[in-house]
Amino acid sequence: MAKINTLMPLKPTCPMTHKETVDRYFLEHRAKLLDIAAFLDRLDRCESIEQDYRIDSLHKCINVLLEKNVGRTEKILNILSDHSKEPINVAHEQGASGAPKQTDL
Amino acid sequence: MTYIDPHIHMVSRTTDDYERMALAGCVAITEPAFWAGFDRSSPQGFFDYYRQLTDTEPKRAAQYGINHHCWLCINPKEAEDVGFAREVISIIPEFLDHPTVLGIGEIGLNKNSKNELIILEEQLALAEKHNRLVLVHTPHLEDKLKGTMLIMDAVENTSINVDRVLIDHVEEHTVGAVLERGFWAGMTLYPNSKCTPQRAADIIEMYGTERLWINSAGDWGPSDPLAVPKCRHELASRGHHAETIDTISYKNPLDFLSKSGRFSVE
Repeated sequence: MAKINTLMPLKPTCPMTHKETVDRYFLEHRAKLLDIAAFLDRLDRCESIEQDYRIDSLHKCINVLLEKNVGRTEKILNILSDHSKEPINVAHEQGASGAPKQTDL
Repeated sequence: MTYIDPHIHMVSRTTDDYERMALAGCVAITEPAFWAGFDRSSPQGFFDYYRQLTDTEPKRAAQYGINHHCWLCINPKEAEDVGFAREVISIIPEFLDHPTVLGIGEIGLNKNSKNELIILEEQLALAEKHNRLVLVHTPHLEDKLKGTMLIMDAVENTSINVDRVLIDHVEEHTVGAVLERGFWAGMTLYPNSKCTPQRAADIIEMYGTERLWINSAGDWGPSDPLAVPKCRHELASRGHHAETIDTISYKNPLDFLSKSGRFSVE
């Protein structure tokens, strides 16, 4: 796991109050949470249930949401990243899937 | 207030978008050379693309009072064939003296392959030789973290001053390292990938405004040519000062792009 950036401040930096922030963004994120729940339900309703590295990563990311520490976004992006160091031999495709095929995180 | 969108692919956008951007306060844009959504079949295809970037787009933008500059390169998605990429690179010098060409970009990596890295290094050498600014594309999604580190290492192996290199498409897991190593950083505002305007505002709150800018990177895919004014609105509605908003969307792009000696908003 890559370390959390040391530049990240610990002091409050959002100009809005906690209540203002909740008032403004709660409904939007309530809807996003329901989207994730509905997506997982949809997967369970599929004819065959298969293991998929992207969904495995998603489950790990969901656990991060329950953590109390700052830096959840960075942590999730790290879970969804390839942590190898060397260039690959050949690019066989141009696109990206959104999650590493193998992760030790 | 006026703003600069320092990374947008107007060849993929309609003239209506120029009008909407002008109405929203856009006074200048810069357009990096990129992957057009398909692999071009010959270097001649790039020659015509560079003509479009240096001749056609500035005229189209000028109709709406927007100043247009560009960056030239072969993008990493078409760099796996080293022989082909080298043929394209050999075309670039004849365009470099055009007054609206700011530098080499958007170069970088896509899948972090050995050949992509070779072509990145050769284009960095081109920037080094001609003393030009560099605009860097970092890979998408799971490849971004590794690619960003490989790219910064490659730049640091040249004599190019990192203060003349903008690393674009940073997110929460890469922005700290990019700024810490002295590069400029760009946040790309995309609806479904990269940063949303809300997350970009969060990053500004966490890292400040020094050497950081926002851009729409509007192109042929899901993207929004008005993403920069939307992020400005997000910041304003949270209560950020006008100076902060101006710094991130006008002053910082102006400062970095002016290092080219060619950029102007008029």
